Amino acid sequence: MKWVVWALLAALIVLHQLDLAGNSTTLIAGTLPLPLVYHAGLCVAASVVWFLATKYAWPVDDEPAGEEFDA
Amino acid sequence: MTPLIIIVGYLTLLLGLGLGANRLLKSSSEDYQLASHSIGPFLLLMSLFGTTMTGFALVGSTGEAYKIGVATFALLASCSAISHSLCFHLLGVKLWTFGQRHGHRTQIQFFRDRLESDAIGWWLFPVLVGLVVVYLLIGVIPSGIVIQGVTRGAFPEVFPETAGGVPKSIGSLVVCLVVLSYVFFGGMRGTAWANAFQTAVFMLLGVVTFFTIANALGGPAAATAAVVERAPEKLVHRGAISQPEYLSFLLIPFTVGALPHVFQHWLTAKSASTFKLPIVGQPIFIMIVWLPCVLLGVWATSITTGDGSLMFPPGPPDAGGTNPNAVLAIMVARFTNPVLAGLLSAGILAAIMSSLDSQFLCVGTMFTEDVVRHHYGKRIDDARMLLVSRLFVVGVVAATYGLSLLPMPRLFRLGLWCFAGFTALVPLTLAACYWRRLTAAGAIASVATTVVTGGLLLWDSGFVKDPTYTFLGMLPIATMTLAATIAMIAVSLVTQPPSDETIAKYFG
Repeated sequence: MKWVVWALLAALIVLHQLDLAGNSTTLIAGTLPLPLVYHAGLCVAASVVWFLATKYAWPVDDEPAGEEFDA
Repeated sequence: MTPLIIIVGYLTLLLGLGLGANRLLKSSSEDYQLASHSIGPFLLLMSLFGTTMTGFALVGSTGEAYKIGVATFALLASCSAISHSLCFHLLGVKLWTFGQRHGHRTQIQFFRDRLESDAIGWWLFPVLVGLVVVYLLIGVIPSGIVIQGVTRGAFPEVFPETAGGVPKSIGSLVVCLVVLSYVFFGGMRGTAWANAFQTAVFMLLGVVTFFTIANALGGPAAATAAVVERAPEKLVHRGAISQPEYLSFLLIPFTVGALPHVFQHWLTAKSASTFKLPIVGQPIFIMIVWLPCVLLGVWATSITTGDGSLMFPPGPPDAGGTNPNAVLAIMVARFTNPVLAGLLSAGILAAIMSSLDSQFLCVGTMFTEDVVRHHYGKRIDDARMLLVSRLFVVGVVAATYGLSLLPMPRLFRLGLWCFAGFTALVPLTLAACYWRRLTAAGAIASVATTVVTGGLLLWDSGFVKDPTYTFLGMLPIATMTLAATIAMIAVSLVTQPPSDETIAKYFG
């Protein structure tokens, strides 16, 4: 699973560089240019991938239990 | 006058927050510098995000979007969403673990211990402080611009030369003094609280700003329609930037991996798991802040006045064009009522100050730990150490303020040079965390190469005079990072690595 997480991260970087919607003139809801929506989508996808990274690719293993998302 | 009263009220509130944190401050330099490693996930998320979002993110992004369009988001926001968390994950957690085990308070302490070398500290200290001063400028300059913009007309007889607005020089000075005060009173705990509070303020007010201005422009759809008609090239990426330059922009967000004030925030974490929320939340927060700023900058290109002429005419400011750094402040002043303009300006200042405070604190900590304590050791007590730290911060802030009064290049471009210097140091940080073969000589070669290549490229660019400067089609950051990495690897491979004892201490 760890390697899947890193592969997803690499995919995000590739998608960022390919900039697949960069030249589209389409407006979403008549307001948001598609190139902007594409990159906003990458932000959301990054958050999901990083959530997976905290679950399956955490860099240290000497953690006390029960402290994951407590404020 | 109303916006000014609200801004003064906000600054006073911040001072109160710093004083409140002071009541909880333990009289030790560790609590002052690192809040005794007591910061939980939510506070860490808010303070890290507030620290990494500078005036560059709000004022600079709107200005750059006005210049080049929606490509600004792709160039800096979405790649930051990927790379910031990568740095927190790969470097932050690891460095926090090392810091906990071996008692580091600064990057330089870590490098000295990890590489068994005093010399690396003497190389890094001036480079890091010099880069932080430039980074400080990115906050100090827009703070004055914002205050001048929103107070326009308040004092027509006192400040006729700025159309009645409080001059930039006074606005920047007041902001510096307020931030200095709450950093001095509250230390890292006060800074973390103020950061969290200010992050909440600028995110909330940023959204309010966006919708208020959008409504004043006839709604988001009408504002975009005006751009389709007058400046459609701002809505696509085509022509905004070449592919090699776009690739080199990917390196910029890695800056956070070498920022000394981010390092200091990392060390405040209560546990390694504390990092999980910032790692997941940072990309979403980046989107929430950058998306409205970029849209506002794009819309600004096509707003017309009553006579049909553009409100923000293109071209250089000295030829009747628009100063991109001033676009956001002018939009806030023109399209909102005075109360909202005051609140929104406070929100912009909040973003700026939430970075300045951490930077002030970190330069003091670096001087205390890496110069004074390193040299004098236990011959100087904690109270005197705090005093020395504060005096050094005052000196750095005074120097920065003095520099901010000089003519400066576009904020965005100034930021790119500063980030280039920090990013070129990231391979060194990564190698120190994960590569056993890294040597002190290799590290020094990396720092020296950063300085030399950065200096040469800066000279070649006419000292930031050319705002579109690239080298081999890419931003200077690419050349600097590549050269620093090659030097580090090459020199490390032919020099003596640290002792087995040190390697075992860090890598088990």
